[in-house]
Amino acid sequence: MDLNTIWFLLISFLLTGYAILDGFDLGVGVLHLFARDNRERRVHMNSIGPVWDGNEVWLLTAGGAMFAAFPVVYATVFSGLYLAMMLILFAMIFRAVSLEFRSQVENPWWRKFWDWSFGIGSLIPAILFGAAIGNILRGLPIDADGSLTVSFLALLNPYALLIGILSLTMFVMHGAAFLAIKTEGDLQKRMVRWINRAWMAFVALYLIATIATYFVAPFLFEGILVNPLFWILFPLLLGAIIYIPIATRAGKFFSAFLGSAVTIALMISLMGISLFPRMVPSSIDLGYSLTIYNASSSQRTLTVMLIIVLIGMPIVIGYTAWIYKIFMGKVVLTEDSY
Amino acid sequence: MDLDVLFLSRLQFALTIGFHFLFPPISIGLAWLIVFLEWIGWKRRNEDYVRAGKFFGKILGLTFVVGVATGIVMVFQFGTNWAEYSKFVGDIFGAPLAAEGVFAFFLESAFLGLFLFGRDKVSKGVHWFSALMVAFGSTISAFWIIVANSWQQTPAGYVVRGGRAELTDFWAAVFNPSTLDRFFHTFIACLIAGAFLMSGISAYLVMKKKSEEVSQKTLKVSLIFGLVVSIMALFPTGHHHAIQVAKTQPEKFAAMEGLIQGQIKAPITIFGIPTENPPALNYDIRISGLLSLMAFGDINAFVPGIEDLQKAGKPTPPYVITFLSFHTMVGLGSFFIVLTAVGVFLLYREKVYETMWYLKLLLWSIPLPLLACQLGWITAEVGRQPWIVYGLLKTRDAFSTNVTGGEILFSIIIFSLIYMFLGAAYIYLLARKVKHGPEMLQTIEV
Repeated sequence: MDLNTIWFLLISFLLTGYAILDGFDLGVGVLHLFARDNRERRVHMNSIGPVWDGNEVWLLTAGGAMFAAFPVVYATVFSGLYLAMMLILFAMIFRAVSLEFRSQVENPWWRKFWDWSFGIGSLIPAILFGAAIGNILRGLPIDADGSLTVSFLALLNPYALLIGILSLTMFVMHGAAFLAIKTEGDLQKRMVRWINRAWMAFVALYLIATIATYFVAPFLFEGILVNPLFWILFPLLLGAIIYIPIATRAGKFFSAFLGSAVTIALMISLMGISLFPRMVPSSIDLGYSLTIYNASSSQRTLTVMLIIVLIGMPIVIGYTAWIYKIFMGKVVLTEDSY
Repeated sequence: MDLDVLFLSRLQFALTIGFHFLFPPISIGLAWLIVFLEWIGWKRRNEDYVRAGKFFGKILGLTFVVGVATGIVMVFQFGTNWAEYSKFVGDIFGAPLAAEGVFAFFLESAFLGLFLFGRDKVSKGVHWFSALMVAFGSTISAFWIIVANSWQQTPAGYVVRGGRAELTDFWAAVFNPSTLDRFFHTFIACLIAGAFLMSGISAYLVMKKKSEEVSQKTLKVSLIFGLVVSIMALFPTGHHHAIQVAKTQPEKFAAMEGLIQGQIKAPITIFGIPTENPPALNYDIRISGLLSLMAFGDINAFVPGIEDLQKAGKPTPPYVITFLSFHTMVGLGSFFIVLTAVGVFLLYREKVYETMWYLKLLLWSIPLPLLACQLGWITAEVGRQPWIVYGLLKTRDAFSTNVTGGEILFSIIIFSLIYMFLGAAYIYLLARKVKHGPEMLQTIEV
């Protein structure tokens, strides 16, 4: 396996880490819009209070790693999708500060404002991350010179929106499973209902999306069908998806959460395999696509970066797991809480 | 209307980095002071220090979050607005950004959560350790960002091949000629920002006679610490940084010092009013020979001026901005030494807690180190122009050509609105926390 492929895997790994960890933060944020009273809202925010910031770093590190390993993708895609990127950034600014700001003033209008800012600030990225992936899967108009110009409205095509809503349902399901672990009583019961509702929508949308993909970007299936080794991912994915409502019904919310985490990981794996070795297919001519070879850094940089990641990430995963363990258990509101 | 994409891209970058850079210096400086407070609170079982750690910990939490929220923008902005730059330098510039994430940003974020929310969940030693990791992580974070920026100032360990800079020697790129001098100077500046925030807030609480058993102690700690770091900003870190600029970026150095014609026995400028086109310095007060002596250790050393460099075909930076921001920063730095020295003197005479004019002055001085940080950054960045990577790539060749002026104008307007709002909310919440003062400990468990 060459360095470029290893880096394709590592970026997928960082994005998977982000989607699983900040994914439940986004889901909690969206569910926050449906909370009934102040105590519930505080429980929502405090369920992710000690960890959301660390979770978001997965995205920042994935962004930095993309810059380092595949600078052409980083430069072309982020400038090409300028307004969409800005929208995500604006939303994420509000989402981050609303967690810290909300609890500090008791005025109901103040709190209402930051509740909305937290909810909408989570809703927009939850949809737009999916929509961005949808647009990449169907291909972006990259020309022979490797430059990309696309209007914001063209990004809001039906296929991308479909993937956007799919990712929203996925994150809501994931966030509801997380909250079911962290809560008790009535709120927990409602979260169970949310898991089931989101699960049904997710399954339906996933089927539609698979069929749509066959028509929109048939080349994506080549990579998977070519190697029977990859076929095993389908029954695994099916198993993980089916396991979520079963575990939920049995009251094993942590298992349900793991089920949805595995679902997310497998979906990103399938996406990676279908794209490989392309990173961004060109909708003008597949030959113009950005690939792990024509968009990468030099072999030396990829080597140096690999060493950095191999030293750093095990340590990161170690202390992250340790801190999650410390904050395990139901949310208890104390004087230090948001 | 024809919008200048280059100008708008620069404006947006200056706006977003300038606003972001208000918060990390406070976070870094405050974090190290909190490490000290919590250490005393833990080891000497001193309740006042625990309360101080908790109080300033909350201010750190508030500051840190705004830093994170505005920092997300920076990670992506090279790609969105500086695509040509990103393609040119990605092979080198991306690595320190990724290293920052892996080695620093995870560390500070993960442990900040533990520090703020985990006081009752872990032992006192582990809790102190979490504060240490926040301070350490944020410092390492600053290091990698300065590595990346220093490579723009004094590129090393690369070769230009196929229209981009390719890495040839990682350690040479990381420890390029300006990295360490710039890191130490910036780090010390951050410590001053933290010390001044703490001394200003403590001074206010002392004036209002609020929780004096806590605020007198934090005033004392931050004043002594503030004096030490204020001196260190001038010497050795500022001095060595200036020597490094003189050696590696003569254009910037000439503009900073207001040296129009090169000369031996070059003078240091104490005061002067600069004008551009042609560059000139009026009403100047200079000390002859001192610049040659300080920069090159020899009073007879020749220091090239702006005109010499221009004649040699080297493009020089906007002179007035570089000169003014540098000299204002130096003026502020000198003021910090005087201010904290007076404070330490008053502490020694046991008068500081009653000297109202001085306490008031401390309160109003809180933003000054942040201003100095901004001016230092402006000197560094404007002084590098017209290059975005010194000697290799010009700023005008670096912006995203596929983004329209209208799009950038739109994002500038939204960023401005959001940041004005965030800034106002931050100051409002900070003032609320300060007026509330340090909390009593609920349970005595120190």
